[in-house]
Amino acid sequence: MRSSIRFLRKGKVAELADIAPTDTLLDYLRLTERSMGTKEGCAEGDCGACTIALGRLDRGGLRYQPVNSCIFLLGQVDGSEVVAVDDLAEAPDTLHPVQEAMVKHHGSQCGFCTPGFVMSLFSLYHADARPSRSDVNDWLAGNLCRCTGYRPIVDAALASCRTSPADRYAERKSETEAHLKSLLSDGDDVFIGNDDAFLAIPASVDGLDRLYAAHPEAILVAGATDVGLWITKQLRALPKIICLHRAGLDFIEATEDALIIGSAATYAAAQPHLAAIDPDLGEILRRLGSKQVRSTGTIGGNIANGSPIGDTPPVLIALGATVELRRAGITRQMPLEEFFLAYGKQDRAPGEFLTRIIVPRLARGQHLRCYKVSKRFDQDISALLGAFRFDIDEGRIMSARIAFGGMAATPKRAFKTESAIVGLPLADERQWRRAAGALAEDYRPISDHRASAAYRMATAQALLEKARREIAVQSSRHTRVVGQREVLVGRLV
Amino acid sequence: MDASSKSRSRKVSATHRPAQGQPLPHDSAARHVSGTAVYVDDMLEPEGTVHLAPGYASSATLGPIRLLDLDAVRKAPQVIRVLTAADIPGLNDCSPSLRDDPILADGRIEFHGQVIFAVIAATRDAARRAARLARIEIDEQEPIVTIEDALKANSEILAPYQFIRGDVEAGLARSPRRLKGSVHMGGQEHFYLEGQVSLAVPRENGEVVVYCSTQHPTEIQHCVAKMLARPDAAVVCECRRMGGGFGGKESQAAQWAALAALAASLTGRPAKIRLDRDDDMIMTGKRHDFRIDYQAGFDAKGKLRAVDATLNGRCGYSADLSLGVNDRAMFHSDNCYFYPQTRIFSRRLKTNTASATAFRGFGGPQGMLFAEQMMDSIARTLRLDPLEVRKRNFYRTGHDTTPYGQKLKDNIIAPLVEELERTSGYRARRRKIAAFNDQNDVLKKGIALTPVKFGISFTLTQLNQAGALVHLFTDGSVQINHAGTEMGQGLYIKVAQVVADEFGIPVDRVRITATTTDKVPNTSATAASSGSDLNGMAAKAAAGVIKDRLVDFAARHFNVARSKIAFAGGIAKIGSKTMTLGELAARAHSARVQLSSTGFYATPEIFWDRAKASGSPFFYFAYGAACSEVTIDTLTGELRIDRVDILHDVGKSLNPAVDLGQIEGGFVQGMGWLTTEELVFDSKGKLLTHAPSTYKIPTASDVPADFRVRLWKSKGNRADTIYRSKAVGEPPLMLAISVFCAINDAIAALKPGVIPPLAAPATPEAIMRAVNAMRDM
Repeated sequence: MRSSIRFLRKGKVAELADIAPTDTLLDYLRLTERSMGTKEGCAEGDCGACTIALGRLDRGGLRYQPVNSCIFLLGQVDGSEVVAVDDLAEAPDTLHPVQEAMVKHHGSQCGFCTPGFVMSLFSLYHADARPSRSDVNDWLAGNLCRCTGYRPIVDAALASCRTSPADRYAERKSETEAHLKSLLSDGDDVFIGNDDAFLAIPASVDGLDRLYAAHPEAILVAGATDVGLWITKQLRALPKIICLHRAGLDFIEATEDALIIGSAATYAAAQPHLAAIDPDLGEILRRLGSKQVRSTGTIGGNIANGSPIGDTPPVLIALGATVELRRAGITRQMPLEEFFLAYGKQDRAPGEFLTRIIVPRLARGQHLRCYKVSKRFDQDISALLGAFRFDIDEGRIMSARIAFGGMAATPKRAFKTESAIVGLPLADERQWRRAAGALAEDYRPISDHRASAAYRMATAQALLEKARREIAVQSSRHTRVVGQREVLVGRLV
Repeated sequence: MDASSKSRSRKVSATHRPAQGQPLPHDSAARHVSGTAVYVDDMLEPEGTVHLAPGYASSATLGPIRLLDLDAVRKAPQVIRVLTAADIPGLNDCSPSLRDDPILADGRIEFHGQVIFAVIAATRDAARRAARLARIEIDEQEPIVTIEDALKANSEILAPYQFIRGDVEAGLARSPRRLKGSVHMGGQEHFYLEGQVSLAVPRENGEVVVYCSTQHPTEIQHCVAKMLARPDAAVVCECRRMGGGFGGKESQAAQWAALAALAASLTGRPAKIRLDRDDDMIMTGKRHDFRIDYQAGFDAKGKLRAVDATLNGRCGYSADLSLGVNDRAMFHSDNCYFYPQTRIFSRRLKTNTASATAFRGFGGPQGMLFAEQMMDSIARTLRLDPLEVRKRNFYRTGHDTTPYGQKLKDNIIAPLVEELERTSGYRARRRKIAAFNDQNDVLKKGIALTPVKFGISFTLTQLNQAGALVHLFTDGSVQINHAGTEMGQGLYIKVAQVVADEFGIPVDRVRITATTTDKVPNTSATAASSGSDLNGMAAKAAAGVIKDRLVDFAARHFNVARSKIAFAGGIAKIGSKTMTLGELAARAHSARVQLSSTGFYATPEIFWDRAKASGSPFFYFAYGAACSEVTIDTLTGELRIDRVDILHDVGKSLNPAVDLGQIEGGFVQGMGWLTTEELVFDSKGKLLTHAPSTYKIPTASDVPADFRVRLWKSKGNRADTIYRSKAVGEPPLMLAISVFCAINDAIAALKPGVIPPLAAPATPEAIMRAVNAMRDM
C-alpha cells in the first residue's frame, strides 16, 4: 500500500502525498507548481487550452496522449509522465519543432489557446503518423481557437509532424520507459487519506472489488471526462474517489465473433477495433468528444454514467452488446439495453461495477448504419444518434435492432419500429416511410438547447430512410455530407 | 562598456529592407508557443492577494430583490468579506454610455445572471463555493425575452432613428415588382479564450493599479475612479495583452475591474477576479440579434427602385453601446448597393437579457446580412442569378451616395467582384452545381458570391484620435507605447514596424510595452478596426519628432545639410559620416537633446451630424468579396462547406501575414455566427447555451477544405492612412455572409422561384425548417 502518487515530471520522479481527492492536474500546475504556461479556458474539457501531454506505457512502449488537464484528476497521473508547454523549449531561444512551426506559420494571434495547441501537436509529433489535413483536423478538434481560423495551425502541424520525432523526449524515450516501468513495478494499491475521505488507485480488479464493496458510495473514475465537471462546475464534494486506470480493466480482446472491451479501456484504444467491425462505428468514435476526451474517457464510463445522450450505448445496443458487472467476486451479465432502467437509474447495485462489454461482430447478412446528428460535426454532443442493425435476406428485413440516443430519458431500443419493418422489402420506400411512423410510438423526445422535439422525431424518421437508401440503393457519397463510408477506410485512428 | 562600443559589437545589416509590408510574426509569437506570454491571471500574485467571485439569483430574471440573505456566504470557509451595492463609495455604474449598468444590482435585477453581490475569499475556489450559498428571493415579473416580446410590449431602450432619402412610399408604389421579407438573425457569444479577468493592486494615497484584460483601459480607469469617488489621476489601468477580445472586452471588462478595485480598496490587499466560463457567458453581453423587416421595389431586371427597412435590434436590459451598434447596422444596410428611394428605420429594443454589446463588425454584419438576403430574394423572385442582381445594384458613378449622404470616393467593388467571379470559376461551378442538384435528391449544393463594403472610422467622431509615446535610448533601442491594446490582432507588431522604419532600425530594436493609462492618457477603445490606422499614425508622429530633433542636432553638430542625413539599417548617415543610431542618440543626449516624445493623431475629413442623419462619417471604406460553395443534407439539415474563395482589400498591407490572419480568422468567426453558433434562451430569458459544451464555435474541421484567400492588388488606400494601408479587423467577418447565401441557394434548388425562409444561424434544425417550409409551399 502506497500513500502517495508518483509520476514523472521534467525527467524526475515527483512524489505527492498531500493531495485531495478532487485536486485537478491544472490546479496543480498553475497553483502549486506555478507553471503558468498551461491555461484554463473553460474548465470543462471543451476548449483544450489546458491540454498537456500525458506519457503512459502502452503495451510496454511510451505513448504521449493529449489530455485536458482542467478535468483530469491529479491522482490519475500516477504512473505517468506529465509534459506541459513550459517544458518544451530547451532554452528560451531554442523552440521545439512544433513551436517553431507555429511561429513560422503564424499559428498564434491572441496566444491564449496556443499552449494547448502546442501540446496537442507535441503528442501528434510523437505519434509518428505523417498525418493528412483531415487527420490533423481530427487531432485538433478538441482545441478551440477563436482568432486564426485554424488554417495556419493545421499548416504548422503538417509541416512539423511529417518526420520521425527527434526531440529530447524521443532521445530519452527508453530512459522514460524504464522510469515509468519502475514507477508501476511496485504493484501497490495507492490509498491517500482515511476511511472518510480518500483517493485510491487500486492496482488490481480484486483490490478494486474489495475497496468498492467497503465504500459503495465512492465515485469510480475512469477518464474523469464527466466526473471532472462535477468538480469544476458543480463544485460537488466528492470525498471518496477510486481511480480505475491501474486496475487492469483497460484490456481489449478481439475474438473471431466478438470484441471484449474492458470497462476502463479508453475510446482511443477501442476505436480501431470497433472500426474494424464497421466503418460507421469508427466514425462515431472519431466524432465522440475530442482527441483529448478519447485519450482518457472510456466506453465503460459512457455506459455506467447512464447518460441519455452518450454516443456509444445506442450503437452497442444495436449491435447486441452485453455488459458484465461484478460485486464481491460475483459477476453477472445482461443485455446492454436492460442496464438502463430510467433517467439516471441503472441496474447496478451499490458496490457493483462494470467489468467488460461484449460486442458481437456482424454476421453475414447483417448491415449496420449509425448516424450522429449535432450542431457541429466534431466534439459536439448529439442532438440525436441513431443506430440500425438489419438482418437482410433477399432484399427483405428478417430482423432488426434499432436504438437511439437523445430520443428518450435513456438510450433505448425502438421495438415498435423494429417489428414494423420486419418483413419489409428494402426497395419499398412507401411502406418503409409508413413504418417509420412507428418511431413516434417508440419515443417521446424533448425539446432542449440542442434540438426541438419535432426536429428530433422528424430526423429520427429521416435517418431510418437514409439507412434504407444506403443499404438498398445509394452509395453514402450521395447521402452524407460527412463520414461517407467509402472514404472512412484508411484514416488515421 | 560605453554605448558606442556596445552598438558597434552588433551586426549591422548591409541591405536594409523597410519593415512595413513584411510578413513578420506576431510580436509575442515565440512567447505564445512557449507559454511565457503573461496574461493577467499568469502574473505573479502579490503576497496576500484575495480572490472574488460574483453572485447572482440562479433562478430569477426580473424584479425587485425581496430577500438577500448572505449570512451563509459570510460564514463560509476562507471568506473575508461580501460586497453589495451598499459598499460602493462612489458611483455604482459601469456603463459606457447612459449610467444604466450597476456594478452590483441595487434593489432589483433586470436579467438572469445580473450580479447582486461578490464574495472576497482567500482563494478563488473558496469564493466560488461561498457565492452559491446566498439566499436570494426576487418578486418575479414577466420578462421580455425575444424581439417579438419587445415589439409587442413596445419596449425600447433608446429612441428610434432613421435615414431617409426621397419618398420611399412613392418609390415602392411606382416599382414594377415588389417584395416583402423578414430576416432573422441570432446573436453571438464572443468566446474569447481568456475569460474576463482583472487584478487590482492598492497603492499609497488611495491610488490603485488595475491590470485588466480590456480593449479600453481608459474607460476602466474612469469607471474605477468614479466608483471609488477618487480622481481619474488616482487610477492606472494596464493591459499588456488580451487572450482575445472581439468587442467583448470593450465595455464588458469594466464591471470586473471595478469589483477587483473595490475589493482592493476595502481590504487593502491585491484583489483578483477571473470569471468562470459559464459565469462569463451568462453575465456578459453578446452580439445583437436582429429581425429586419423590409419591402423592396425593383424592376424586371432586379434593379432596386426603393427599399424600406425596419431594423429591430435586441439590445438587452441597458443601453451599453447599442446606439453605435444599431447606427452601424443602418450604415451597412446598403452594403454595396444603391437604394434610390429609401427609409432605413431602426428600433432599439429593450429585453430582459444581458445587455448586447460590441462584437467585431458592431452591427455592420447584421445590416449587411439583410442587404444580401434581399438581393437573394429578388433574384429568386425573378429567377435570376443572384450575382447578376447584386452587380446591377452596385454603387457606381452617379449613383454613389449612401442613404446617409456620404459620397463613395474609393469604390472598387465592381472590379473586385469581377476578378473573384473569374478566379473562383463562379459561372462554370454554378452550372456544375445545377447538374449535381438535378441528379441528387438527398444532397443539394449551393453557391454564392457576396461583396463587402465596410466603413472605417468610429461613427462617434470624437473617438477618432490616438496618442503615442516613444523613447529613444542612448544605445539606439526604442520603447514604444500607444493608445491601442493588443488582443491578438497584431497591432503591436504593426506599430513597431512603423516606428522601426521611422528610425531605420530593425524591428527587434523596438521594444513594445504594455498599454497603460499613465503613459498615454485619454484614449479611445481599440475597436472599429481602427487600431493601426490611429496608433500607427500617432506613433509615426512621435518617432518623427525625435527623428527631427536628431536631424537638427546632427546638422548642427557635424555641419551637414539636413537633406544629407538619413537613417537606415540601424545606421545614421550624416553626410559622408556614418554611425549607429545609438552613437548618434548618445551624442545628442550629451548635447541635451530630448530623446522622448509624444505623438498624436486625429482622423481628418470626417464629420457626422447625427441629428440631421447626414455627413461623411467614414474616412474610407474597406472592400472584399467571397465565393462559397456548400452541400446540405435535406434529410437531416447537416451542412458541409466545400470551398471558399476570398479576395480582400487591405490597401498596401503593413504586414501581409497579420492581415491574412485577420481575414481568415474573421471569416471563420463570421461563419460560426451564421452556422453552428446558436444562443438559446428559455422563455424566462435564461441562457441555456453558456459553455463550449453547448455553444459551438467552429473547430478545425469546419474550415472549408478548399480555402483560397488572396489580397487585392492595391495601389494603396486612396485615403492618407498609415503607409496607405487599410483597416482589416472587422470587414472580413462579413465575407462569411457568402456561406449563408450559399446555403440559401442550396435550399432554393428544391423549388426554383421560391424564397427559402432560412433564419440565422443555419443549424441543421434551421436548415430543415427552411427545407420543410419549401416542401410545404
